[in-house]
Amino acid sequence: MTKFIDLTLNGISTGAIYAAVALALVLIWRSTRIVNFAQGAMLMITTFIASAVINSSGSYVLGFVVALASGLVLGAIVERVAVRPVENAPPLNAVIMTLGLYTLLVAVAGMIWGNTPRSFPAAFSLRGYRVGATNLLFTPNDTFTVLVVIAVAVALAVLFRGTSLGLRMRAAAFAPEVARLLGVRVGRMLTVGWALAAACGAMAGVLVAPSVFLGPNSFDPILIIGFVAAVLGGLDSPPGAVIGGVVLGLALSYVSGYEGSALVPLAALVILVIVLMIRPTGLFSATKERRV
Amino acid sequence: METREPREPLTGAGGLSVLDVVVSFGGIRALEGVSVEVSPGEVLGVIGPNGAGKTTLFNVICGFVRPQSGTLSWGGKPLTGVHPARLASLGIARTLQGVGLFGGLTVLENVMVGAQRFRRARLPLAMLGLPWSDADERRLRDRALVALGRLGCEDVVDRLPGTLPYAVQKRVALARALACEPELLMLDEPAGGLDARELSELGDLIGSVGSSVAVMLVDHHMDFVVSVCDRLVVLDFGRVIADGDPSTVRQDPRVLEAYLGREAVQDDALRSGGAEDAHA
Repeated sequence: MTKFIDLTLNGISTGAIYAAVALALVLIWRSTRIVNFAQGAMLMITTFIASAVINSSGSYVLGFVVALASGLVLGAIVERVAVRPVENAPPLNAVIMTLGLYTLLVAVAGMIWGNTPRSFPAAFSLRGYRVGATNLLFTPNDTFTVLVVIAVAVALAVLFRGTSLGLRMRAAAFAPEVARLLGVRVGRMLTVGWALAAACGAMAGVLVAPSVFLGPNSFDPILIIGFVAAVLGGLDSPPGAVIGGVVLGLALSYVSGYEGSALVPLAALVILVIVLMIRPTGLFSATKERRV
Repeated sequence: METREPREPLTGAGGLSVLDVVVSFGGIRALEGVSVEVSPGEVLGVIGPNGAGKTTLFNVICGFVRPQSGTLSWGGKPLTGVHPARLASLGIARTLQGVGLFGGLTVLENVMVGAQRFRRARLPLAMLGLPWSDADERRLRDRALVALGRLGCEDVVDRLPGTLPYAVQKRVALARALACEPELLMLDEPAGGLDARELSELGDLIGSVGSSVAVMLVDHHMDFVVSVCDRLVVLDFGRVIADGDPSTVRQDPRVLEAYLGREAVQDDALRSGGAEDAHA
């Protein structure tokens, strides 16, 4: 029973990180219909920047804030410089562009910071809470992770549902031409969408870095699982991404605990295939179907 | 390029003036030197057979299509090359063929997007979610509710457009265009899919938009167009073939020929009202 509780708690905290990565992918898919394969490399860059800030200033909070800010800037730059030219081109162009960007960022990071993974500080203690005589597999840092992800998910929900900026972003995503006619600066909305997504990814990078270490390729597995979570949630729906992330976190935690951690990547891909076979629109898709 | 004497715009400071606009797609001339003017308070109907260039003309005014030559001016200022996203702030609103509503946004949200002209908060403030942006939200909501109330759609504000009857969706689309309080209202096939009662309601509504608003509409429904418009412009193969008050225009031999073909016109011997079936 203790094991089940441990695995559940662990699943929730890793699920929160998958949810953040999935949110980053969903925000971009919603606004530009692009699957951002470079997301893992983008959040790797911002996490390296956070690491440099934390090492030189000694302040975790400053590092976190700088990671989010550099995420916003990096996302906006990527949208303006790399995404704009492929926007109205065939979808394959965008896929190749994000793959190319991934390669570029990983290579640049290797040149600047080296390819050896390094440690990254956690915000709070990594020692599990003590209940009676046992140490739970849930740490104060996990609490921090879950709370931060919940806060960001709520903030995004308020932004999209409750503000005129969110309304314009949704309008631009649904029908760009119509939105433009009504006075929405669609291009600017796309830039904001990419910036928010990259900031969300940057947050996930800082949260997960203490457990995966920090290197140019450290975040690739997280991105794959985040992608599965996004598809699980419908790829279109931010609440779906959060639920998909937590569900996947739990499922993979049970697989890892009861069957062995070697099976985790396989299990993630099996879940992806099953979801695509049974419910290709995802479990929580906002739009019933989208025919092009 | 044709050489012809540039005409002076009829309208002075106010209104829309389209002068000698030429548009071609590949080898096809969609508009060949089209000139059209609309003044505030006037309802102008643009009619013509399919492919005559009506929608292209709308797209040129909206900046979706850039003309090869010719000039556009709005309120005495040049409108050529103006980005579509700036139109609403210039007081130009357009409805689209069909309904063109955002399927995933509620009726109220749809109309709030149309009221963006009255937004004040700048982007960085909006991203920080500062109080200005809150007040903005309320202002847009109020504007949208007023526009919806004017069209009798208060009961459906929280519904998704897809769940409403077509005629109600058309009213919501019109509310969205009116929400920016336009000085030029462009309606692309507003009568499409409406029954007789809904048509007369629409006619009353267009008549009531006010003396400061110029209305420009494209439609196939001849009876509706004749009853609603103060003036008609007839396009055929990208040229203006008639321009005048509705009763004169519908008797014009060139118009009847464009709609019915030369043979039919001769056969029917210009039987009055013959153009009514043209939309069928």
